[in-house]
Amino acid sequence: MINRRKLLQTSSAVAAVSSLGFPAVVRAQKAPIKIGLMAPLTGVLAAGGKELVEGFELWWERNGKEIAGRKIEITVEDDASNPDTALQKARRLVEQTNVHFLIGNITANTGLAVANYVKGNGVPYFIPVIAADDLTQRNRIPNVLRIAGYTGSQMTRPLADWSLKAGYKKVATVSQDYAYGHEMCGGFCQTFTEGGGQIVQQFWHPLNNSDFSPYLGQLQGLGVDAIFGMETGADASRFLQQYTSFGLKGKIPLIGAMNVADQSVIRTLGDEPMDVVSCAMFAEGGQDEATKAFVAGYEERYQKLPSVFGTTHYSGAKWLTEALTAIGGNVEDREALLKAVRGIELKGTPLGSVVKLDPYGHPVYNVFIRKVVKRADGKKWNVPIATYENVSQFWKYDPETYMKQPSYSRTFQGIKS
Amino acid sequence: MSVFQVLNGLTFAALLFIVASGFTLIFGLLRIVNLAHGALYLLGGYIGLTVATATGSYLLSGIAAMAGIALAGLLLDQTLLRWVKGHDLRQVLLTLGVALVLNDLTLVIWGGDTFSVPIPSVLQGAANVGSVFYPKFRLFVLGVGILTFICLWLMLNKTRLGALIRAGVDDAEMVEASGINIQRVFLLTFMLGSALAGLGGWLGGAFLTLYPSADSEILVFSMAVVIIGGRGSLIGAAVGSILIGMLNTFGQVWFPELAYFVIFGPMALLLAFRPLGLFGRAT
Repeated sequence: MINRRKLLQTSSAVAAVSSLGFPAVVRAQKAPIKIGLMAPLTGVLAAGGKELVEGFELWWERNGKEIAGRKIEITVEDDASNPDTALQKARRLVEQTNVHFLIGNITANTGLAVANYVKGNGVPYFIPVIAADDLTQRNRIPNVLRIAGYTGSQMTRPLADWSLKAGYKKVATVSQDYAYGHEMCGGFCQTFTEGGGQIVQQFWHPLNNSDFSPYLGQLQGLGVDAIFGMETGADASRFLQQYTSFGLKGKIPLIGAMNVADQSVIRTLGDEPMDVVSCAMFAEGGQDEATKAFVAGYEERYQKLPSVFGTTHYSGAKWLTEALTAIGGNVEDREALLKAVRGIELKGTPLGSVVKLDPYGHPVYNVFIRKVVKRADGKKWNVPIATYENVSQFWKYDPETYMKQPSYSRTFQGIKS
Repeated sequence: MSVFQVLNGLTFAALLFIVASGFTLIFGLLRIVNLAHGALYLLGGYIGLTVATATGSYLLSGIAAMAGIALAGLLLDQTLLRWVKGHDLRQVLLTLGVALVLNDLTLVIWGGDTFSVPIPSVLQGAANVGSVFYPKFRLFVLGVGILTFICLWLMLNKTRLGALIRAGVDDAEMVEASGINIQRVFLLTFMLGSALAGLGGWLGGAFLTLYPSADSEILVFSMAVVIIGGRGSLIGAAVGSILIGMLNTFGQVWFPELAYFVIFGPMALLLAFRPLGLFGRAT
């Protein structure tokens, strides 16, 4: 039994030790690096948002949450695909949680809201999914960098070139009527028509279009060699389904933006997406080692194949890790961090090629023309059938000349007649 | 106007009719603007999806969707709505709340990916209708829509329950005064209306696919149908569905830039001149 005096002695000894020792330990341990991650976790895009977070977390799970002796602290906030919410959450992350930088978001409107906010205060903001062309072109912001991300028009220009080589002369486009759709279609139409192709007709429909049959009816009679589709989420599923049930599949080839054949769309469908050709800077069925390892790891961890959201944020996390390591974890020096991020030549990511930023803060990398096929176990995935090396957001144009042409819109698609 | 586009409009109208007829029954008799109708539609679709995937039987999945949603309607009416009888605003807010809760529940259970109810091979592919090839499944939906209309019409005009419902639409107090248990009629109608939402979800699950927010889209369409057709009118729901279905199809073909305006513009005009809808009657 411990008597009272003994207890007092021991506790005072403990107190003495702690008053001397513990603060020293605390002083030796540096403050954590705080990252603010934003994603839509409620609403229509909740599934994509969840995959975004999963991809980001997977990197840290595998590689440890510590850089240069500093712990990594990730705070996840839900932007609900709403610009007001995104702005409010970005403010909270920066001003209350005191994060060192921001990353994430899916929809362009949330991305633009946050970009506009950090424009004023210089907080670094990384956007692996926000694709709005002008964020790294005409309206670029020095502290907004598109690590591991992409723009719409950058992706579809190689597809246009490939289509010309595949012998397609006349193409019609079907697209959602908003900025991302305009850019995806614009990149395709400009390169396709400059190469001698012809855009027969363009169909624009509002987001969440319940019924594609009116367009499919007209598409049947146009006599085109291929149809270019630019649809995201539920629109993409419906489009593929109705394209098949109206008997166009097998008659007119379907090519499209990466979202039409993204894992988030094709994994729940039957045979409808088979043989669809799309373009992206990654292909989950790619054969290089880093891609194979990432896909296998992701599948083991989450029981599904990775989509664009998980892949880009996993790669983005690797990018940040390399940059943070290069500056010795000194994340408070924003200039140094941004400079380090700009200087990284990223290898060994699921993007499958060496990735680096151009002077405008946008990545240059290989773009794959991909086709949906079945894996041995019957799961559908995208395998590369052609590779375009070192594709820049300006394709083969001179950046300054290119940026003098207007941004893509419904009325300006860069079509050369 | 090609046969093809007319069929597009009619098949879409058939789906709208199935959902909107349930909405208008409840609205007409119980005076409840059931904003959870869309959520019940979506839940029905998900139930259909789960049963169809588990058992492989399309027919069974349809029955399960209807029965499941009828039961959900029973629960909704008995546990929640009974406390707010006669308070319009509270009913609207309550059903809106239920819609939001159901939405989040479906998101938790089925996730946010887009699903489609698997259909049997008999209904896959296209059939030859006159001069055009047309998807069999859409023709099937058209058939179910017409059948639903006939059944509902017979029920309303030739049966005792139908007579009670019609009487209840006109004057519920009078019906009760003549010794009828109007509460039971209310409950049956609510379950029937919900079952129609379930049927719609099951068909719509393969027609328009299932995903979060599919509920609010169909709800907006069915509200437009009911507003145009007139509250509680079956014929109104049928005419409204055909109108909206056709406007939707031809609006997209002729004025793609104004796809939504061509549906809701005429609706607003109609409201200005006939606030009760085409077949609505003042009570």
